[in-house]
Amino acid sequence: MAEIHTSPDTLPAVSTRMHTPGGTALQGLGRTSRRDFWWLQPGIVAAGFGAFIVYSLFSALVWQPMFHVPYEVDGYLSPFFSPLIQPNWLPWWISPAVLILWIPLGFRTTCYYYRKAYYRSYFADPPACAVGEPTIHRRYAMERAFPFILQNIHRYFLYLAFIPLLFLWIDALYSFVNTGPRFGLGGLVLLVNAGLLTGYSFSCHSLRHIVGGRLDCFSCSSLARVRYRAWQRLTGLNQDHMLWAWVSLVSVALADLYVRLLAWGVLVDPAIRL
Amino acid sequence: MSRARDQYETHAHDVLVIGAGGAGLRAAIEAQAAGASVGLVCKSLLGKAHTVMAEGGVAAALANVATDDSWRTHFRDTMLGGKMLNNWRMAQIHAQEAPDRVRELERWGAVFDRTRDGRILQRPFGGHSHPRLAHVGDRTGLEMIRTLQDRAVASGLAVYMECTITRLLTDGDRVIGAIGYWRTTGDMVVFRAKAVVLATGGIGRAYQVTSNSWEYSGDGHALAYEAGAELIDMEFVQFHPTGMVWPPGVRGLLVTEAVRGEGGILRNNENDRFMWRYLPDERRHEYAETDSEASRWVEALREGRQTDARQPPELSTRDNVSRAIYTEVREGRGSEHGGVYLDISYLPPELVRRKLPSMYEQFRELAGVDITTGPMEIGPTCHYVMGGVRVDAETGASTRTGLFAAGEVAGGMHGANRLGGNSLSDLLVFGQRAGVGAAAFAKEVAPDKPGSGELALAGTELAAPFDHHSGTNPYRLHAELQATMQSLVGIFRTAEDLETAIERLGELRAKWATIEVSGPRAYNPGWNLTFELKNMLICSEAVARSALQRTESRGAHSRIDHPDPDPAWAKRNSVVSRDGDQMRVGHSRLPEMPAELRELITP
Amino acid sequence: MPVGRTHRLRHLRVFRGTPEDGGELVEYSVPVQEGMVVLDALHWIQANRAPDLAVRWNCKAAKCGSCSAEVNGRPTLTCKTRLSDLPEDIPVQVEPMRTFPLVRDLVTDVSWNYEVNRRITPFTPPEDAPEEAWRWQQEDIERVQEFRKCIECFLCQDICHVLRNHETRNPFMGPRFLVRAAGLELHPMDRADRTPYLRDGGGIGYCNITKCCTEVCPEHIKITDNAIIPLKERVADTYYDPVQVAWRKLFGRRSEGGSGQPIPGQPSADGS
Repeated sequence: MAEIHTSPDTLPAVSTRMHTPGGTALQGLGRTSRRDFWWLQPGIVAAGFGAFIVYSLFSALVWQPMFHVPYEVDGYLSPFFSPLIQPNWLPWWISPAVLILWIPLGFRTTCYYYRKAYYRSYFADPPACAVGEPTIHRRYAMERAFPFILQNIHRYFLYLAFIPLLFLWIDALYSFVNTGPRFGLGGLVLLVNAGLLTGYSFSCHSLRHIVGGRLDCFSCSSLARVRYRAWQRLTGLNQDHMLWAWVSLVSVALADLYVRLLAWGVLVDPAIRL
Repeated sequence: MSRARDQYETHAHDVLVIGAGGAGLRAAIEAQAAGASVGLVCKSLLGKAHTVMAEGGVAAALANVATDDSWRTHFRDTMLGGKMLNNWRMAQIHAQEAPDRVRELERWGAVFDRTRDGRILQRPFGGHSHPRLAHVGDRTGLEMIRTLQDRAVASGLAVYMECTITRLLTDGDRVIGAIGYWRTTGDMVVFRAKAVVLATGGIGRAYQVTSNSWEYSGDGHALAYEAGAELIDMEFVQFHPTGMVWPPGVRGLLVTEAVRGEGGILRNNENDRFMWRYLPDERRHEYAETDSEASRWVEALREGRQTDARQPPELSTRDNVSRAIYTEVREGRGSEHGGVYLDISYLPPELVRRKLPSMYEQFRELAGVDITTGPMEIGPTCHYVMGGVRVDAETGASTRTGLFAAGEVAGGMHGANRLGGNSLSDLLVFGQRAGVGAAAFAKEVAPDKPGSGELALAGTELAAPFDHHSGTNPYRLHAELQATMQSLVGIFRTAEDLETAIERLGELRAKWATIEVSGPRAYNPGWNLTFELKNMLICSEAVARSALQRTESRGAHSRIDHPDPDPAWAKRNSVVSRDGDQMRVGHSRLPEMPAELRELITP
Repeated sequence: MPVGRTHRLRHLRVFRGTPEDGGELVEYSVPVQEGMVVLDALHWIQANRAPDLAVRWNCKAAKCGSCSAEVNGRPTLTCKTRLSDLPEDIPVQVEPMRTFPLVRDLVTDVSWNYEVNRRITPFTPPEDAPEEAWRWQQEDIERVQEFRKCIECFLCQDICHVLRNHETRNPFMGPRFLVRAAGLELHPMDRADRTPYLRDGGGIGYCNITKCCTEVCPEHIKITDNAIIPLKERVADTYYDPVQVAWRKLFGRRSEGGSGQPIPGQPSADGS
């Protein structure tokens, strides 16, 4: 017998091996051993977002300038346009929505839930769990490099998002009195929409972090204990962040549609006037 | 990468630790801290050892919940639980040092559950007179092994994963290393060491219904035996009262004693709380007298306040509860699948899920039972071996020079029956002591080189099963061994059964000599099983012969033909050692306990 | 395996082979018992058809995390995947974890994970930690306890597309070790700052939070929501939040967290 190797080897050794483990997974878009309908969920998400994007672009940018359907009628303002800013220098063909819509757009684009959803549905990165990706983006650096490193400013969009949110509440409440006291379906629609958007904003991961996630010790001071209780509440909301994201997305589109249909004359707002 | 058969690699260390469960990791950390170069060998991946399955907690008299607890009461409970057969010095060291070992874990990053005033929370357990088990929900073992693993890796000691040790290297009467093979390649590897610490756990895989993982094949017991060390108390095999009984694939899987610690009630198919009938007279006064007293105790526990109510009868010692369940089932009062019912569903579901999360998951996912709404079906399962390598209480040194042992593989600490929670503390206390002992021994001696004859023999042993054409399949042989041990060397034993078992074990040993293995050497589980079978056969024979010798019933050893304890045997440890190719069985005098300690037990 | 009533046969297609021969799926028929899991079926194959079938397993109770494999293309613990939960009309396909190099049959080389783990700064209590027993409240450790439920099955590493499909230029530690790092960073007594490592050596920016790790975790740890995102937010605090960065420049420390934190259980400034 021959001795071939004598060293106090350490295992696991820190080596300069590959950055990833180097296995035998199937590569290439859609390659997988999964036998279920893995494409269904990303497909539904892609279709849902797609419908919203098409509708909201049309409604916010085109509907009024091109087809002259107003976004404000009878004391109701579409949530896409709130707060309404109409400077004189704005040409007629640019909708005032662009001055405000970038805030919720930025908030949702950098949102941790939406990121998951569009990375899967639109970037196929990955299309579904344990399903191969297009080899074209195998080497890109994801959220380590531009542009996706910008996702880290999510919290600033959160701060900004509270501004239009405040106005949506004002709009909704004001709609009950601004044309004389009335209780209209439109007011209710705006109110529900503001509530759902509030739920979405308060279930934000960044807010949860700012309120309590930064602390390592929840019991170390009375302020920390207050923050812990708030963090617990936000954690409860945060668990359903995906749900909030979807219902608020649908509600904002429906609220806009409702106002537009009133303005178009298709619907009449059922209201009790006092 | 396979290499030529006549080549092997060598690693040299001051201290070689075999086994990376709680005891092995703790020993390795300590030896490394004492300045020794340490190698840690384990059969599986690091962090998968059987310690992860320990659920209920680690027993230590921290006195956080019951302020009148102390090492003295812990010592008393341990000795009474072990039917006074424990090595008194080990029990004393254990009770005295366990609190420090637990607090030390916290300083290494463990996060135990807390009392309301922010200290380590302790839960009650069978046989413990006070709430004493520091715990993390019902996954205490995982917390412990992860903490130790992180500490060990950070300390820079060498870890050799997935390496099966098949033989200890000896020079005269001194152990100087070990030989084994890499599971992933099948290549032979030699470890040279000045001191070897065995921390290989137990022997449960020799039984059909067991809570033990596949690794529990008595490797350390057999390695020590082969190297000439003495084993003691091998007849004492603990059957845990509560293992799952259904579905068949999970039969034996552990249901933590914490279920009873949190208030779980045992009932038979007549809805009778049968444990009232099985409390031993001499300890009956320590348990509640009525259902209502027991439920007052559970309520006080839940609210974290002191109470004068005594504990429920389900918290009797494990040997007693196992016998009770076995008897109920045998007399026809068992459940649908041959167990009895354990019910915790009368507590608020939220509480059950928080206190027993992994039990909740285990039953929901593996048996489709929701334990917050209905009872579990449970029955006894082979869980632990009290017997093991005879060690020196202070250092963990075996009767063989240079060989140390700690944890389940070591004998003496638990006597005739182990209390729940005492094994995790045993691992920590005696792991640490063996680490110190082995490192100190390694400083005193010079390294030794193994003889070429022994290496060649080991190489031949490794290759042999591939050359046989007997048709003996290792899996089938294993099944036969398990059936023999389960039916003949189980909870209740008779001389006739034991003699039959010894005879059958002899036949199985003969079959083993020609066992046939096919396939390559790289990660071949059939091949690996042949070495484990050899170890299991040695351990099984030791259990059966020791059990035949002890003509009394004591603790976990119940002889139907000798139903009572015998005062003569109260003073004896059974001893097994190797005599050429024969197993020698005898007994030795139990070490005499000093008077001041005896007073703690019978004041 | 205990002998019992066998009802009928199920077909399994099990990956057999080595890196040298490339491997293939081999079909086996296995008699099924009630409550049987995939690992039971593999054991039956070992005992009756292929004694050298390489499978890594230990506890068979979903507590040790050894028996990870891909069943019908989904990473899972074979010891808790019941055959009755898998579609009956197609054979059950069992493959090794594909993200790790193959050793043989269903066993893969997971040593990469142990290498990554070693690079994480271990638990570092404060130098002025009290000598006596430490005190903290249950709420201080609840987050950490969730992370410490991890059984290191490496299923999250297996399914993570960054490790599975990408060729990253820099190292990425993967979900398992982000969970470990979170368990240390959020520990009330830990004083090491791992954010520089998380950003650079750990590559937290590679994670694009697509949550597959959370979906496969057998311990139901909310890996993405509770471990990775809070760490990403802490990394953002340190590197990407201009206000926080300015604060650090001005005052020389983080506004919150890090080394200046109070020690739990000790009398604090507000006298509580």
